[in-house]
Amino acid sequence: MTEVARDADGRPFWDSCNARAMALQRCADCGRFRYPPRAVCPYCMGERAAWAPVCGTGSVYVALVVHPRRSREAPGEPFSLVIVELDEGVRMWSNVVGCDPDEVSIGQRVRVRYDETPEGTLPRFERVS
Amino acid sequence: MTGAIVGIGETAVGALPEQSTMTLALAAMRGAILDAGLRAGEVDGVITDQPGNAPQRSYALTLARNCGVMPRYATDLAMGGASPAASVAHAVLAIAAGMCDTVVCVHAQKQATGRSEAHRGQLFDGFEDYEEPFGNVSAPAHHGIVAARHMHEYGTTSEQLAAVAVACRKHAVHNANATMRTPITIEDVLASRWVVKPLHLLDCCLVSDGAGAVVVTSSERARDLRKPPVYIAGYGLGYTAGPLESPSLTTLGGAAASRAAYAMSGLVPQDVDFAELYDCFTIIALVTLEDYGFCAKGEGGAFVSDGRIEVGGALPVNTHGGLLSQGHVEGMLHITEAVKQLRGGEVEPERQVANARCGIVSGHGATLSAHSTLLLTSEPVG
Repeated sequence: MTEVARDADGRPFWDSCNARAMALQRCADCGRFRYPPRAVCPYCMGERAAWAPVCGTGSVYVALVVHPRRSREAPGEPFSLVIVELDEGVRMWSNVVGCDPDEVSIGQRVRVRYDETPEGTLPRFERVS
Repeated sequence: MTGAIVGIGETAVGALPEQSTMTLALAAMRGAILDAGLRAGEVDGVITDQPGNAPQRSYALTLARNCGVMPRYATDLAMGGASPAASVAHAVLAIAAGMCDTVVCVHAQKQATGRSEAHRGQLFDGFEDYEEPFGNVSAPAHHGIVAARHMHEYGTTSEQLAAVAVACRKHAVHNANATMRTPITIEDVLASRWVVKPLHLLDCCLVSDGAGAVVVTSSERARDLRKPPVYIAGYGLGYTAGPLESPSLTTLGGAAASRAAYAMSGLVPQDVDFAELYDCFTIIALVTLEDYGFCAKGEGGAFVSDGRIEVGGALPVNTHGGLLSQGHVEGMLHITEAVKQLRGGEVEPERQVANARCGIVSGHGATLSAHSTLLLTSEPVG
């Protein structure tokens, strides 16, 4: 995996993941959450935003299974790649972990968990019943 | 002012380790200019996009300098696979505005054997930090989301996606300049390994070296040139929000782009005899058929089945084999193929569409966000 860059817009997001309490930008003018982080609100062009914690739950919007393969002799372990729609109304790319990747499907309810990796703490998701 | 395509150039397609990207680009560019019966000094516009494996500051100006063209209009577009068709639209705009008279549109790449330096930002749209750590690092992943949602919303099946691959391969079998020429069945596609489920290996396009080019001028000037003109009856561009913000992943930019092209030309889907559709993945060609009005949204799976999109069927698609079976020249060869079909007598008879008078071409790029459409005819419309 590549080293995750920490640009100024995104730093508070990654810091919130390190603190195991994911926060997203919330526009101070129109109140909408936005993701990925950026300097201007894409909904109302507002320039003021605060970082607000999210509840960490959502639903699977897209479910894929990546079958990585460096060569015929070195296929990697398949993994779940998803787009999660958080209950706050924003979508994010992530992985569902803790189950067979083929068992992940659109509409399933998920909750964030925080995985330590060499690149830092990553927000991934687990299915909830 | 109606534009016309008056010359085409194509290189071989596949693994071409002995040729540089520039050599391929110039071969296609020169071929198109000579096919039009022109010399470099009679071309005054150059439009291209940067080869993914060899980007540089201004590729259009570099091409012009290398080929002896002194441009009055030259620019690089950046719409990924939508660039070639868009470059034809931009050529018409520049000619109509009086900025130049005759434009060569070029695309070249060496994704098969070019020494490719990884460029952050090239595959993505600036949000790599929020995609790479989770393994979203490939075109099949970016496009697999369209297939996953289409299957969920409309019940589209893997078998239906496979029908697109089977049709493209059937046409490539009869194309001397195609990479994959062994027929395949739906079962072969389903048995091919997963790349990013729900996309199998044979749902995914080839990776190639190759180049293509077309020469565009006014239909008035076209009458004096050596080949029968192919008229640019209509064109359109369409854009969508990125995948995390778009309200739908199953209707893409082709809906808006084709509406514009149909309106400009006065043509409707029933007028179209064949379609050369950007097929980076089977699902994208399927969605494009829906977005272009050949069937209702969600019915693309049934539409591509049972031979309807094969030569001899109601709407032949990718008569050259497409990105799936001919090779990946980013859609430029979808344009040259359409020209050949409309001129008649320039392709193997097994894949010539009978009575071809109108063809539609699609381009698609920039992580699902950009789309371009050309409506081409063998006679002027209106």
